[in-house]
Amino acid sequence: MTNVSVMTFNILSVLPILVLAGFGMIVLFVDILFSKRLGDKNILAYLSLAGIIIAAIVSRGTTPIALYSFNETFVIDNYSLFFNFIFLLSTGLVILISHQYMKRENINYGEYYALILFSTIGMMLMASGADLLNIYIGLEVMSISIYVLTGLKRSKLTSNEASLKYFLLGAFATGFLLYGVSIIYGATGSFNLKEIADFLINKGDVTGPFVYLGVGLIIIGLGFKVASVPFHAWVPDVYEGAPTAVTAFMSVGPKAAAFAAFIRILMTAFGSTHYEWQKIVYVLAILTMTVGNVVAVAQTNIKRMLAYSSIAHAGYLLVALVAANTLGVSGMLFYLLTYVFMNIGVFAIVIILSQRNDGFMQINDYAGLGYKHPLLAIAMTLFLLSMAGIPPTAGFIGKFYIFSAAIKSGYIGLAVIGMINSVISVYYYLRVTVVMYMQEPVREFYPLTISPFIVAAVVISVIGTLHLGIFPSKIMELVQQSILTMR
Amino acid sequence: MVQYLPILILLILAFGFAITNIVLSVLLGTQKPTPEKLTPYECGIDPVGSAHERFSVKFYLIAMLFVIFDIEVVFLYPWAVAFQSLKLFGFIEILIFVGIFLICYFYIWKRGGLEWE
Repeated sequence: MTNVSVMTFNILSVLPILVLAGFGMIVLFVDILFSKRLGDKNILAYLSLAGIIIAAIVSRGTTPIALYSFNETFVIDNYSLFFNFIFLLSTGLVILISHQYMKRENINYGEYYALILFSTIGMMLMASGADLLNIYIGLEVMSISIYVLTGLKRSKLTSNEASLKYFLLGAFATGFLLYGVSIIYGATGSFNLKEIADFLINKGDVTGPFVYLGVGLIIIGLGFKVASVPFHAWVPDVYEGAPTAVTAFMSVGPKAAAFAAFIRILMTAFGSTHYEWQKIVYVLAILTMTVGNVVAVAQTNIKRMLAYSSIAHAGYLLVALVAANTLGVSGMLFYLLTYVFMNIGVFAIVIILSQRNDGFMQINDYAGLGYKHPLLAIAMTLFLLSMAGIPPTAGFIGKFYIFSAAIKSGYIGLAVIGMINSVISVYYYLRVTVVMYMQEPVREFYPLTISPFIVAAVVISVIGTLHLGIFPSKIMELVQQSILTMR
Repeated sequence: MVQYLPILILLILAFGFAITNIVLSVLLGTQKPTPEKLTPYECGIDPVGSAHERFSVKFYLIAMLFVIFDIEVVFLYPWAVAFQSLKLFGFIEILIFVGIFLICYFYIWKRGGLEWE
């Protein structure tokens, strides 16, 4: 019997994940042991935030080389560190915006914070996975927590429906992913991304069509998670049915995580079959942008509109994946970071203005906001302008990088379609602004109860959106650094 | 792909065995259905009520909790087999693993997941 090597067991490389797991369990324990004395559970939100800050401190900085551990299944490089930053930032902002909302909706369970932390662990595993199985496990850890979070409002029928729908379709999509992984294993004899890449470069001609079949199935599985178009049917219902704070959470983090895995799998393992999968992603990108934007125009419910806008943003990000050059990937990372700020910012304001049981969710309910609550309206306008991609906001810079990457790779048609879609999106984003400033209020703006948490989240989002839009160079440098160690 | 040939042969054999048996039993057996023979349990006792009843959700809860701890034991087996070569490292690993399950157990207990009423 051979001795199992423990040399690659590097506990430091998973320290941020361990910190989050530890804090998740502490939150659970504090909740069950002191549930009578906790009152409104502020302490759980503080604990989760502390966990996120400590994890961020642990995973800060950069690394000169990619560090592999756990038998080469787990990698720490600048790419995964940057994604860790995105995940921790989005989770932290979501905790800030959710506390007040959870109390108002009467679903202030301690498990909420624990599940959000566990889900973040899954995302980090996905971004750091150097092995198809590890990425799959990360995907499941992330998804299962979100299935539960979606159905958190047990008394509401749409929440239950959303949870069940997401679970069934998600499990089905994961099946596709696993099937693809197993076919890839059959064709190349490895789960490891680097080994798959080596095999394809050296003797890729012996695999026949199996690699393409496997890559296609993996694209279906991850395409479902990023909400790209033929696999998008769950998005509007789930986004509308889930508690708004959970919608904010799952529209940002899981999407970024799925894109992290997407880039790493396609670029690292299947870089040599680039011209084959590119065609699939090309079609997906066009469909996703167009369907997302065109259908969003017809929406009257703000959560549904944001759901379709989230589909459209997945389309822009897929454009960067098609371009598959350095500029494209760095543009995608930059765009994901800006998307955290602008999307969570919009959801924060939706939460502030909505009422118990998702009252005041129609776009018409925002009429007159510009006069009643000018500051909120200005912040909302800023986020919507950023989503539409209008300077000097962060969304403009992100789109600029992505479309210029597409042009640089010779996909001028794709860039033109992307820009046409941007113009369509301006219509429905600015319609909210028009309603806010140019229509008489149809609802009563009773005195809003705004907690300091949510104000902090809005302020951070505003600063982030403006800062990335006006001074993008520093973050862009960091982003370009983070893809250097990837291949 | 040649190394997968045995799996293909096994698949064909397995399907063939199942299909052959079903077809043979239909062809060779005599069929004289009487009302008694068509009852779900052919043991002389008339069924009481419908079988399509709603079960309490508690059954599912207990079953689900059982599966979690069942899987824990499944993971203990390969560890026990490889205990000699894993040495202290494996022992500490499994202690952490079981420790996490203990935390789960404690959580379920305190939340009242194990109480029937």
